[in-house]
Amino acid sequence: MSEERKTWMGTLATAKPAALKAAVDTLGALPGFSWLRRPEVGGVMVPGRMGGTGAAFNLGEITVTRCALKLESGEVGHAYVQGRDKAHAERAALCDALMQTGRADDVRRLVLTPLAAARAEARKARAARAAATKVEFFTMVRGEDA
Amino acid sequence: MYVAVKGGERAIDAAHEWLAEERRGDVSVPELSVAQIREQMALAVNRVMAEGSLYDPDLAALAIKQARGDLIEAIFLIRAYRTTLPRFGSAEPVETGEMACDRRISATFKDAPGGQVLGPTFDYTHRLIDFALAAEGEPPAAREALAEEAPMPRVTEMLSRDGLIQQEQASDEVPPDLTRAPLEFPAGRPLRLQALTRGDEGFVLSMAYSTQRGYGRNHPFVGELRIGAVPVEMEIPELGFSVEIGEVVLTECETVNQFTGSKTEPPQFTRGYGLVFGQTERKAISMALVDRALRWEELGEDNLGAPAQDEEFVIAHSDNIQATGFLEHIKLPHYVDFQAELELVRKLRAEAMAGQQQEAAE
Repeated sequence: MSEERKTWMGTLATAKPAALKAAVDTLGALPGFSWLRRPEVGGVMVPGRMGGTGAAFNLGEITVTRCALKLESGEVGHAYVQGRDKAHAERAALCDALMQTGRADDVRRLVLTPLAAARAEARKARAARAAATKVEFFTMVRGEDA
Repeated sequence: MYVAVKGGERAIDAAHEWLAEERRGDVSVPELSVAQIREQMALAVNRVMAEGSLYDPDLAALAIKQARGDLIEAIFLIRAYRTTLPRFGSAEPVETGEMACDRRISATFKDAPGGQVLGPTFDYTHRLIDFALAAEGEPPAAREALAEEAPMPRVTEMLSRDGLIQQEQASDEVPPDLTRAPLEFPAGRPLRLQALTRGDEGFVLSMAYSTQRGYGRNHPFVGELRIGAVPVEMEIPELGFSVEIGEVVLTECETVNQFTGSKTEPPQFTRGYGLVFGQTERKAISMALVDRALRWEELGEDNLGAPAQDEEFVIAHSDNIQATGFLEHIKLPHYVDFQAELELVRKLRAEAMAGQQQEAAE
């Protein structure tokens, strides 16, 4: 459960806010919920590693919005999402909660799968552009070696 | 010393009204949107995020708009905003080895596994003004090629396998944070790297350049430069497992530097490291050079007295917000201070002149 939940929470957090909104709108009527923690904006420190692999150092912060809510049926949804979009965090937490209900298949089909596909597509497009800039450098033979 | 003053409210309000009008400029010219700045002034946005030490492209773009394009003023706004944010915690260290690279080049190995990928670079452009950009029109779509799923191992790893380069010791130690505790010297490498990554690009560039010109030369090669997106994962306290909460674009530079060995180490290459928010490669390369210069003591090298080897000098002067705050405050009213100086000079002059008159009389 936690491995699967980790994946869907990541998909929700990294979705473009407009794309998540459009996808959630296709779910139809949404259940009522109460807030356990209203959406709030804060910072998360991101460390790097010396030499990429060594001991950690602090690189800088990112803005993050978090919230937690409880559906009328009792399931609890959490969201920690990059940025300052409170509505985005609310939708992410709602989907996280819905994934623990009988509507999980709907959420998977209408929200998670299309969002994951959109992300993969965007990545592929950048990777394809990067691949087009791959070069072969040739070392020129110097006069003294000829 | 600056002494608090009262009054001037009306003048200050008028000055700020005029500032708002000047910011907008000629109203017959369309207003810039924050999204336009974010998308089309992306490298300015990246610099503001890096030196503001807060990754949020929309916020950085807004700060640039508010600051009328004065990037240090924009960085100041970001830093001020950052201090208002509650800290939710710390993410896992980013894994730059798994970066989705837009750009990846090595100046040391032309056949680096994974290849040399130029990415959207200014390199190899002719640096001629492109008047076509003054006209409206969309550029043609960039070409694409089949992307291989081949891994891009670190160049330094290849050297490391043969023991030819100094090893980085991994550790799970929580790094010190200069935004939480006052900086003291000696600061140590983790704090130095934090200060350098948020340091002023111009300052860090000049310090790096000084090492190239001979003030603490360290013979750097750009072993690898990579730019791309990495996921940010954080352990969610309520859940007890870590989740991807977002993604940041980073520039990483690893330099490979000459080292002839010391009493305890055989000859091997050493490293300098740069890692900066956004596409910011001039800064990342500069950071790596300065990092390497500051490691002289740990590597058993001589202190040549070069400015770039002086940790206190470099780190205490790298922050442009501290610098500009102290520098610009001298334009604020110092009337009381100056009055005291004025009286002192008058008194000294009177004494000196009285002495001269006495000498003349004798």
